[in-house]
Amino acid sequence: MARSVWKGPFVDAYVLKKAEKVRESGRNEVIKIWSRRSTILPQFVGLTFGVYNGKKHVPVNVSEDMIGQKFGEYSPTRTYYGHAADKKAKRK
Amino acid sequence: MARIAGVNIPTGKRVPIALTYIHGIGRTVAMQICEATGIAPNRRVNELSDAEVLAIREHIDANLTVEGELRRTAQMNIKRMMDLGSYRGLRHRRGLPVRGQRTHTNARTRKGPAKAIAGKKK
Repeated sequence: MARSVWKGPFVDAYVLKKAEKVRESGRNEVIKIWSRRSTILPQFVGLTFGVYNGKKHVPVNVSEDMIGQKFGEYSPTRTYYGHAADKKAKRK
Repeated sequence: MARIAGVNIPTGKRVPIALTYIHGIGRTVAMQICEATGIAPNRRVNELSDAEVLAIREHIDANLTVEGELRRTAQMNIKRMMDLGSYRGLRHRRGLPVRGQRTHTNARTRKGPAKAIAGKKK
């Protein structure tokens, strides 16, 4: 079920603060965040976030299309390299 | 025979049913069309006058996205997700279920027919 509109979008407060600081400084440095659950807001467009995936901060360049989704959507948490071909494959 | 929204030629069925042959129109929307154009839902397509067919056609053109255009927008949305590098796009790219379903078993609709694994079964 979708979130009630009257609550407004959810963003962890520290993400807002960090984004604000970087925006003021005018430098485009990677903002490290752990908050995968935060909504991507319009004022984040153009900034680069390092979204933690449990191991490292994955750089995410926020574009306009991403607004309204969560940061976690852009930082996959699982690695899957496929199944290796079985060595002793033919053995009934 | 009546052509509505491009190639669709619904049959001698009742109007709301015949309209559902168009991609993007289901029972609900078909009933709404009947209401808007003032056509009784128990009438059949071959009983309609040219003016009534035209009314339906114009109503669809003006208010709904159907057929090719609808397919195109859906395809565009999927492509956008894939280009963005989002999790949903990734699942589309891999041909796996997108909405968090299990893949340990099942998920055959997305994955296609089961592939035999050599050496399984003792």
